[in-house]
Amino acid sequence: MSLRTEPVTMNVGPIHPSTHGVFRMRVTFDGEEIVDVEPVIGYLHRGSEKLAEERTYTQVVTLTDRMDYVASMTNNQSYILSVEKLAGITPSPRGVWLRMIAAELQRIASHAVANGFLINDLGAWHTPLLYMLREREKILEMFEMLCGARITNSYLRPGGVFMDAPDQFWPALNRFLDEMPNRIDDIERLLTTNEIVLIRTQNVGVLKKDECLNASITGPVLRASGVDWDLRDKNPYDYYDQIEFSRPLGEIGDNHDRFLVRIFEMRESLKILRQCIENIEPGPVRPKEVPFLVRPPKGDSYVPIESPKGELGFYLVSDGGISPFRCHVRAPSLINLTLLREMVLGDKIADLFVTFGSIDVNMGEVDR
Amino acid sequence: MNTVLDSVVFKFIYCMLVSSDECANSFKIIGSGFISEKYAIIGFLITAFFLIFIIVNGALVGVLALIWGERRLVGRFQARLGPNRWGPWGIFTPVADAIKVMFKEDISPTLSDKFVFILAPILMVVPVLMIFAVIPFGEATFLTDLNVGVLFVLAITSTNTLSVLMAGWGSGNRYGIIGGLRAVAMLLSYEIPMALAAVGVILMAGSLSIIQVIESQVIPYAIFQPLGFLTFLIASTAELNRSPFDITEAESELIAGYMTEYSSMKFGLFYLGEFMATIASSAIIVCLFLGGWKGPEILPSHFWFMIKWILMICVFIWFRATFPRLRVDQIMELAWKGLFELTLINILSIAILMLIWPDPSITELWIMTGIKWIVFFVSLWIFGKLLGPKPLQKNGVARKIVLQK
Amino acid sequence: MFGFGLIKGLFVTLKNLVGPTFTVQYPNKRVGLIKASKYYNKNPFSLFKSHPLEGFKAIVGQAVIKEFPDQSPRFRGQEFNWFEDRCTGCASCAKYCPLGIIEIVTHPGEKNIQEGTSYDIDVFDIDIGRCMFCGICVEACPFDALHMGSGFERAIEKRENLVISVDELRSAEKRPSTWFRPQMEKSSYEPRNEKIEDSHDVGRHEKPSKEELTKRWVNER
Ligand code: SF4
Ligand code: SF4
Repeated sequence: MSLRTEPVTMNVGPIHPSTHGVFRMRVTFDGEEIVDVEPVIGYLHRGSEKLAEERTYTQVVTLTDRMDYVASMTNNQSYILSVEKLAGITPSPRGVWLRMIAAELQRIASHAVANGFLINDLGAWHTPLLYMLREREKILEMFEMLCGARITNSYLRPGGVFMDAPDQFWPALNRFLDEMPNRIDDIERLLTTNEIVLIRTQNVGVLKKDECLNASITGPVLRASGVDWDLRDKNPYDYYDQIEFSRPLGEIGDNHDRFLVRIFEMRESLKILRQCIENIEPGPVRPKEVPFLVRPPKGDSYVPIESPKGELGFYLVSDGGISPFRCHVRAPSLINLTLLREMVLGDKIADLFVTFGSIDVNMGEVDR
Repeated sequence: MNTVLDSVVFKFIYCMLVSSDECANSFKIIGSGFISEKYAIIGFLITAFFLIFIIVNGALVGVLALIWGERRLVGRFQARLGPNRWGPWGIFTPVADAIKVMFKEDISPTLSDKFVFILAPILMVVPVLMIFAVIPFGEATFLTDLNVGVLFVLAITSTNTLSVLMAGWGSGNRYGIIGGLRAVAMLLSYEIPMALAAVGVILMAGSLSIIQVIESQVIPYAIFQPLGFLTFLIASTAELNRSPFDITEAESELIAGYMTEYSSMKFGLFYLGEFMATIASSAIIVCLFLGGWKGPEILPSHFWFMIKWILMICVFIWFRATFPRLRVDQIMELAWKGLFELTLINILSIAILMLIWPDPSITELWIMTGIKWIVFFVSLWIFGKLLGPKPLQKNGVARKIVLQK
Repeated sequence: MFGFGLIKGLFVTLKNLVGPTFTVQYPNKRVGLIKASKYYNKNPFSLFKSHPLEGFKAIVGQAVIKEFPDQSPRFRGQEFNWFEDRCTGCASCAKYCPLGIIEIVTHPGEKNIQEGTSYDIDVFDIDIGRCMFCGICVEACPFDALHMGSGFERAIEKRENLVISVDELRSAEKRPSTWFRPQMEKSSYEPRNEKIEDSHDVGRHEKPSKEELTKRWVNER
């Protein structure tokens, strides 16, 4: 005997505990099984790209802070690299090292948040999340030392960073580098061998290699599927070509692989930070000749960087004026989100949120 | 009336009110009360009312203490402080919570089935209070010694399934319905391992009365039959809807599950019922498996009961602070493919051991304990292999993260 | 074995149970006798004499003392610090603000402290209800007249009150943050504890002596 069942459609979001912002899904499910998912985005659209056309090049930095608000530094970095290429500015070495340090710290913070919320979506009562946020807190404190703000940093300027790191920054960074490996070990002891986490995440939300490549998915999601593609290695920007680091690759591309890849990338970032501290040299953080009002010649530029979420790039067109003629953002969150439906079809309702969490999207960046 | 008067507490109050020979014999110092034996029924009723008052209010205060304790303790587990602003160490936080809940607007959605919607929270609280009737809080301190005490407890706890289903259905919300249906599936399945785990205890004690069970524990049953203890612990965690089995509420999936549409004091009642259930089932576990009020003579029996009780509640909080949630199908799998068989193994091993040593001495008991622990590890290992997460294989190699240089 | 990972996890949380907490108790915190007497700068006995209530509370660990989170000197905060002597009324800050929330009205005046004749400020409104504390106005100010503040406690009931007027700017406590002012960082100045009254101290240049000023602005004219 088989029961006659009927699919039910339900709105998940835009206000829901685990949609990481304002994201809405129209989920159709049969019993506990998902039949259809239709993502609806646009609830956080602020028109950043259009606003950028009205701002000077320096003022746009403040807009980029607000796109991916858990990884402002990398957003700044991507934008500034584009402006530098557009205006032909050669940055000061110390400024570049400083912004690499800031970007790697931001990567650790962003991955910590991503993993913490992933486990929170699994239903842990905020415990791993709070352990992760505790580490992020230290990074944010360091950002406050650097630039006076914790989230909306606006630290970078064309040509480097706006001010050298203060004296108390270096001891704090060293202390962080000493402590962090132990903290990551703790997190791994709590989660990676945890049987509940294993049976919840293994073989759920699998993304095949070619699916990823076809949908131009980037970042940890792509690397978890086993594709060795990291822009820091394949198309080095800043001084990443002078630095040695390895790229963790997953094998299957399920939620557990994505979780592990992020954990391993945190360790790699620590390695990069150590090398940055070794290589950093004294000097000005920003060339003197860069004016406050950058006026690039006519042309366009696009410099993709490896943000914590994937390939992030600002396409800027200049008409020779003080503000960009056109600005377009290639936002990794939006593009990684495109395969959500394929990932969750046939899974249970509970897996929907875990898979969504494991992609690590940021609604500020999706809707811009 | 006589069976009820077995309880010392009851008898004490009764004897202060009523003058009777029986009382004069047992409490020589106090003497007899002012009500003559002809109207003993009045004294009896007053006593009963008094006791109910104490138990209900005691349970409420216990819930307040638990809310505070849970939040503080989970806070410390998460390396933060927990509520500490309102009163010294934040002890008035639950009071503030209660006041806030009472003054919230009471909303009932248009689509709701009003009668069911209102009845559900009441059904949640009342049965839990009834459990306290059979719990012995110390030596000879109990309300009643039912000769089917264990059965009574199992029966009463399963009524909250009904309440959850009613709440989910009555609120006319899809999150609520999913939560309610999940609850029915889960709670009904976990009734079985829970009852079967209790069978192991009953077999050893040879009685269904909770007092008898406690008195039969020379070695606490938690040590004597670890398999039964583990299954009972897991099953009662599931019965309580606590993490890692909180799929009925599932904050990150279903917002609040069956409670989504509840507000104000109706929500408060659910909250109350849940926490009271935690208190009650910790007490049950203490009685059945941890030796109840038994303990070295240095402290009075009530203290031992209290200490074990609080420790048990802390264990529940510890679980909640550590474990992520299981998925629905995995929870059912655990109940039917895991716990069910484990309890059967437990019962079987006890039955065989009791055939060999029908009337065991202390040394024989310890030998039995050793055998039970061996059974425990072997069966857990086998079931872990069968049910646990399998290391995923790819081309015959266990998968790992590759570090590309 | 199955369940081993769960037990390992339980021990990690247990370790954190006995470990330190990372909560910063912001407006005030409750402490015991030793910390309370340290806070009041007394030995425990004289604490009882001067603050008997706090002393008794401290015995049970409930004495209330003030507590502030650590704050970097570069913190970009509330209450813009504006030094009128330095301001020339050039309105660069108003021009560079991404949100255009600074309003400046001037008339030619006769101030000659640093740069000769400058403009007097009639209106200098900053609508901090819309301000995002990016600090670009401060970066743009060529005369180091405008600084970010270092406070963050300005909860207000009405939106209108969020507009800082020139009078408020004049009378505000001068605790400028060192955001974009490297010259202040060199003297290891801490905005939380120190005030800066003299407008010369916030500038990029050495403070000129009185004779020098007279020579430059009076004698040589
Ligand atoms: S801090 Fe930014 S938003 Fe605020 S007034 Fe200055 S430039 Fe404008
Ligand atoms: S504060 Fe600075 S930028 Fe603004 S008007 Fe005065 S001198 Fe010019």
